[in-house]
Amino acid sequence: MNVLRIVTLVAALAVAAVPAHAQISDGVIKIGIMNDQSGTYADLAGPGSVVAAKMAIEDFGAAKKGMKVEVLVADHQNKPDVGSSIARQWFDADKVDVIVDVPTSSVVLAVNQIAREKNKALIVSTGATSDLTGPQCSPNAIHWTYDTWSLANGTGSAVVKTGGDTWFFLTADYKFGHDLERDTEAVVVKNGGKVVGKVRHPFPNADFSSFLLQAQSSKAKVIGLANAGADTTNAIKQGAEFGIVKGGQQFAGLLVFLTDVHALGLEKAQGLLLTESFYWDLNDRTRAFSTKFAERHRQAKPTMAQAGVYSAVLHYLKAVEALKSDDGPKVIAKMKELPTDDPVFGKGMVRADGRKIHPVYLFEVKKPSESKGPWDYYKVRATVPAEQAFRPMDQGHCPLVKK
Amino acid sequence: MTVFGVPTQALFGQLLIGLINGAFYALLSLGLSVIFGLLNIINFAHGAQYMMGAFVAYFALQWTGLGYWPSLLLAPVVVGLFGIVLERTMLKRLYQLDHLYGLLLTFGVALVVQGLFRNEFGSSGLPYTAPPQLTGGYNLGFMFLPTYRAWVVVFSVVVCFATWYVIERTKLGAYLRAATENPTLVQAFGINVPRMITLTYGFGVALAALAGVLAAPIYQVNPLMGADLIIVVFAVVVIGGLGSIMGSIVTGFGLGVIEGFTKVFYPEASNTVIFVIMALVLLVRPAGLFGRTT
Repeated sequence: MNVLRIVTLVAALAVAAVPAHAQISDGVIKIGIMNDQSGTYADLAGPGSVVAAKMAIEDFGAAKKGMKVEVLVADHQNKPDVGSSIARQWFDADKVDVIVDVPTSSVVLAVNQIAREKNKALIVSTGATSDLTGPQCSPNAIHWTYDTWSLANGTGSAVVKTGGDTWFFLTADYKFGHDLERDTEAVVVKNGGKVVGKVRHPFPNADFSSFLLQAQSSKAKVIGLANAGADTTNAIKQGAEFGIVKGGQQFAGLLVFLTDVHALGLEKAQGLLLTESFYWDLNDRTRAFSTKFAERHRQAKPTMAQAGVYSAVLHYLKAVEALKSDDGPKVIAKMKELPTDDPVFGKGMVRADGRKIHPVYLFEVKKPSESKGPWDYYKVRATVPAEQAFRPMDQGHCPLVKK
Repeated sequence: MTVFGVPTQALFGQLLIGLINGAFYALLSLGLSVIFGLLNIINFAHGAQYMMGAFVAYFALQWTGLGYWPSLLLAPVVVGLFGIVLERTMLKRLYQLDHLYGLLLTFGVALVVQGLFRNEFGSSGLPYTAPPQLTGGYNLGFMFLPTYRAWVVVFSVVVCFATWYVIERTKLGAYLRAATENPTLVQAFGINVPRMITLTYGFGVALAALAGVLAAPIYQVNPLMGADLIIVVFAVVVIGGLGSIMGSIVTGFGLGVIEGFTKVFYPEASNTVIFVIMALVLLVRPAGLFGRTT
């Protein structure tokens, strides 16, 4: 059952076999996309992240510049042990230079240790734990797209400010859920709200009726969903069945991806507040990128996780080009030094603690009547500027930024 | 009034929820028991067939506009036919061999089917809503009971006991049971045993598909919906006693309730509690609670 599946895909770029740069190890830059290819997080990252990485390599023009870039793909099945053994094999045997994407916070922290030990690079797009730029921060890693702190800060404070001041958490029982709950609780309390109860459900979990009943009897105004993917959609779908929203309670989806809203349908998802750092319909650049992406990925618009992979790989290659080396910590340092600019997030930068910063948006899911068709799902409720969207560096306890 | 710090009202609610989830366990483990009891095949494709049932309901709605009610009949028939083809072309070659071969074949089929569906429809699931007659719910005072959940319990109890009655109390059931004991002798009485076995497998598979249609409005219609469930259902069957019809029905509902209570008192353990019980039962009664040692 747990057969380690490694599908190796080669982005056939070097049409003419140009002699490789001497400083690039083995003459090839190897990018390993590690994520959930088949389980609950496969649609929000999965194969779509691979498409995004390949687009980044093409748009960077690696072939024209004479750089040979390969993409490797592996399925970590959301299990830290599987992720760790893939990471070791990639770094030791397959000469992978950088691991990109990595959903599931427990796997992120395991791979983070290995990247540091092997002196390679790690860029996380889909994984959420804010510890990656906090106590667990590393000179070998960058956290790219979003994190639990930014989600809590976006959705949590918006909901409390509009009157949702008592909370009940449904939390996925692993690192990600715990962190998201912790960060959101801090925001709720800071804004004058109160947490009246919480329940930790197994991950993944299909039936939420029992937990919803507990949330219902808690009389909390807001039910915070500190989970993701199918767990979130099942909770919301079954919440409608149990009359949660009709009974005057409100869901706060603390991590909801575009594909989750697509799966739920607007009828059930309408009115939901959520925080994301990317949406395909933000501006001309995001629209152009997303149209190209959709053509290559079952007509689906990219999620922020997939768009983040594009942006991350693009900036990684820029840093390798500038440095003329693919040495892990050196490239990461270079990435922090160079300003970022891409169609996904516009202009931005990477902080010393490894946090990539860019604006974060509070979205509201449209009513079915407001939507023009598939994927037209969000309207912007608020924009959090890049400087305020992520945890201030001095509060993260990252050893790299100690004075 | 409270029990271990939980209000009794909340406990009533959880009891009911447990029964509802138990209804799914009962329906699925019943199908497994019928197949194992009469064919000696450990049908690992059961989860995939459950998922296919939900997908047939989804397709019927999307492509032909056929709603929930026709799907309750259509999906078991379509998926049952798939089961019959599977039995005729592959499974029937394995009856003389060890259980392990049937298990491996059906497990492989499940992986292939789930992989194909996932490739085509992704992993986040497709929406399917309950029919208008079954939306809404009742306020029972201690909880809000969605109409659809009440329907699931009633319907699956009826199906479970009808199946039990047919197999244990009718002439057809007697033939079936006799055919498992001694197929040659039953065939000598002029009964077409291979055809009976084929139809039995089809029926067991149809039960899985029926559970899939029942589940479609509750969960997302998802290629992986059966993959996680099937492991739990196997534990239920083992606890009840492999091949015991009544055992699988009673343990299905019973374990649903136990799991429901675990979700209140110690939610972190709710997906392990059934396996703990399985281990304990196997220690004390290796044949399961209702199983007979042969």
